[in-house]
Amino acid sequence: MSDGTFEPKIVGFLCNWCSYRAADLAGSSRVKYPPNVRIIRVMCSGRVDPTFALKAFELGADGVLLAGCHPGECHYLEQNYKAMRRFSMLKHTLRAMKLEEERFQLLWASAAEGNRFAEHVAKMTDEIRKLGPLNWPRNWIEKGVGDKEIEKFLKEHEEAMEVPAR
Amino acid sequence: MKEKVGVYVCHCGSNIAGIVDVEEVAKWAGVNLEDVVVSKDYKFMCSSLGQELIEEDIKKDGLTRIVVAACSPHLHERTFRRAAETAGMNPYLTQMANIREHISWTTKDKKAATEKVKAMVAAAVERVKLQEPLEPKFVDVNPNTLVIGGGIAGIQASLELADAGYHVYLVEREPSIGGHMAQFDKTFPTLDCSACILTPKMSDVGLHENITLMTWAELEELSGSVGNFKAKIRKRAKYVDEILCTGCGICIEKCPRKVVDNVFEAGIGVRKAIYVPFAQAVPKYPVIDTETCIYFDTGKCKACEKFCPTDAIVWDQKDEIVEVDVGNVILATGWDLFDCKRIPQYGYGRIANVFTNLEFERMCNAAGPTAGKIFMRDGVTEPKSIGIVHCVGSRDKNYNEYCSAVCCMAALKFGHLVMEKTEAEVYSFYIDMRPNQKGYEEFYQRLLDEGMNFVRGKVADISDVPRLPGEEGKIVVQVQDTLLGKQRRIPLDAVVLMGAMEPRFDAKELGLKVGISCSMAGWFTERHPKLDPVATMTDGIFIAGACQGPKDIPAAVAQGAAASARVQGMIAKGKVMIEPIVATIREESCSGCRICNNLCPYNAIDYLAEKEVSFILHELCKGCGTCVAACPAGAITGAHFNNAQIFAELRGILYDAMGETERVPEPAVK
Repeated sequence: MSDGTFEPKIVGFLCNWCSYRAADLAGSSRVKYPPNVRIIRVMCSGRVDPTFALKAFELGADGVLLAGCHPGECHYLEQNYKAMRRFSMLKHTLRAMKLEEERFQLLWASAAEGNRFAEHVAKMTDEIRKLGPLNWPRNWIEKGVGDKEIEKFLKEHEEAMEVPAR
Repeated sequence: MKEKVGVYVCHCGSNIAGIVDVEEVAKWAGVNLEDVVVSKDYKFMCSSLGQELIEEDIKKDGLTRIVVAACSPHLHERTFRRAAETAGMNPYLTQMANIREHISWTTKDKKAATEKVKAMVAAAVERVKLQEPLEPKFVDVNPNTLVIGGGIAGIQASLELADAGYHVYLVEREPSIGGHMAQFDKTFPTLDCSACILTPKMSDVGLHENITLMTWAELEELSGSVGNFKAKIRKRAKYVDEILCTGCGICIEKCPRKVVDNVFEAGIGVRKAIYVPFAQAVPKYPVIDTETCIYFDTGKCKACEKFCPTDAIVWDQKDEIVEVDVGNVILATGWDLFDCKRIPQYGYGRIANVFTNLEFERMCNAAGPTAGKIFMRDGVTEPKSIGIVHCVGSRDKNYNEYCSAVCCMAALKFGHLVMEKTEAEVYSFYIDMRPNQKGYEEFYQRLLDEGMNFVRGKVADISDVPRLPGEEGKIVVQVQDTLLGKQRRIPLDAVVLMGAMEPRFDAKELGLKVGISCSMAGWFTERHPKLDPVATMTDGIFIAGACQGPKDIPAAVAQGAAASARVQGMIAKGKVMIEPIVATIREESCSGCRICNNLCPYNAIDYLAEKEVSFILHELCKGCGTCVAACPAGAITGAHFNNAQIFAELRGILYDAMGETERVPEPAVK
């Protein structure tokens, strides 16, 4: 934010086999894209625990990108489907918390799709730049979600909060 | 004990230093990041001097952790792990920050790039401090190899391995090995007869004691990992007993059912319902095509059985699943021809005398349907003029962007054969002439001398509707001659379309079976396009020949040999390293809920009923980490990617973001 314009900070969780290599390919093909995404490598998009995204938001990220292999192309057979399910689940939760859709995105990019990766990062950066800083969780409270809302939300999703006992 | 971290920022010549202020980053890391005791920048960290720098510092300053900010870990992670190991450190206590591919090569703004590099270095430092020493496992390599595809690349790979004394299972989908090369008459640029050079190799394969040849067979399933794969191969029923059959061919002669052979004869010749694709087929045993066999259709006929002198026809033969154990797999599945009907303006399928290159190969072949005579579609008239259209379906954004690499030379070969066999005049319609290997340019010069006509331009339309006098009964090629700078209409008797080489229609499916990916165009992806062209991202899976990209025979042979050399290297070494990145369940935290059990695609998680806990079989675990993310009790840790490490990485990566929030938890920067 040195020159006054807001530059979002986006954390990207990229799987080792497809999307991380797509980002590598974007680099070796010298495709230019905004420097706003900071990449964390995981072995599989299925490794991404929903709390990783929440932690990233808590630590000041304005957006989180989850990227993996295309459905059906997972290096670990089908674990990206699990990532997809967790993504939908967390997305649902974040929506209830009034977090804008654009802040948490899912991208499928194969190792050959450097351009696709770069284009998506450019688009996502642009979208979040327009939204402005997240300032989570302060923003959340200002927007009036508040404790009551959280309690209501918890009640609605009681079954999901239960950890099966032995 | 506090860790002592060494940070090394690579210039990579000007690749990184041209955009990123590396000195500033190194200085910043030394001052601002906790536990960093050494922070340096260096011209080329991957050079031996760069590695020695790390080794010396480990010994001198007692470094316990290493961060190298340079290129992608996919390129040099092993290099720096080895350097650390040389200095007596556990190799898994190193971490790379990818500041070249992910930053300097993709960013124009120098200041923003430098800021991003700082975040990535901070992340690596935070993470590396929590990394744990790991011990890689070594497993024995099974010396047998599975080769899929019996074209020239697969044949070469199999023979080299077999000659070196290792056993090969060669699986071929068609009734015979030989692939596309067996269809050709002559091979460019030397014009030696394809069959003359290929068939000796084919019979070598058929007779080799170290090769188990399975034709009419396909890979059903591949499990396991490098060194110890288990392959399930479906051998389709041939309805011919290979022990009794002598390959005499009487059954083929007596079979009353003739069908168009769309595979070997490219649709211009016929075969019987019981057939071998060509005379020199290896193995020599015929197969019954149940889709066209009269007996399978109506329940009557059995002519083959009646005439077989050795009673080798077996009607109740069933598909057989064969399981083989192999250490490595070579894919050499080749290519399919572009469907020329996809370009309607070129008239293939509509105008009789428009041929594809494969049809024309068969027509030129002395053993082909016309016995090597070049005829029009009617099978009797010799054409007076032939046009050869290059780049049909390749170098065309509407179909395939890539160059098919072989068509220029094949077109020149056709030109030569036509002029040798007939009086016809030959026109080549090319965009660019690309004869770029040994002896190729000379062959082009030879064809120029022999009088082949070359028209530089992309053909717009091929039509049989006459518009001008002299076009009646002809095929008219409309082309922009870019050297003359004008449109031309050239009336011809026949046209050959040089259709593109395309990935096999089921390449993607096979890729999924063995766990490798395809490029955007659909070719199998090699580990590195220049430095590792036959290995893939999956250890133990190699690729050779045209399944990796369009290539001609010499290149396919070279790759087949290269893939076999790589496999021989693995076998000679005898052991292969398995990354110790696996998941482990802490028994005392496990509630026995079994959520993780069904998540594992490799069935690596088992349930111990007496203790009511789950546990992970490390030899089956591939380390994806899905179970780690799923465990509600947090009882599973993923080595090298555990929660603490990733949270630390997050703190580092967002070291400069926390000022914008009101809460400043666990600052990463002192």
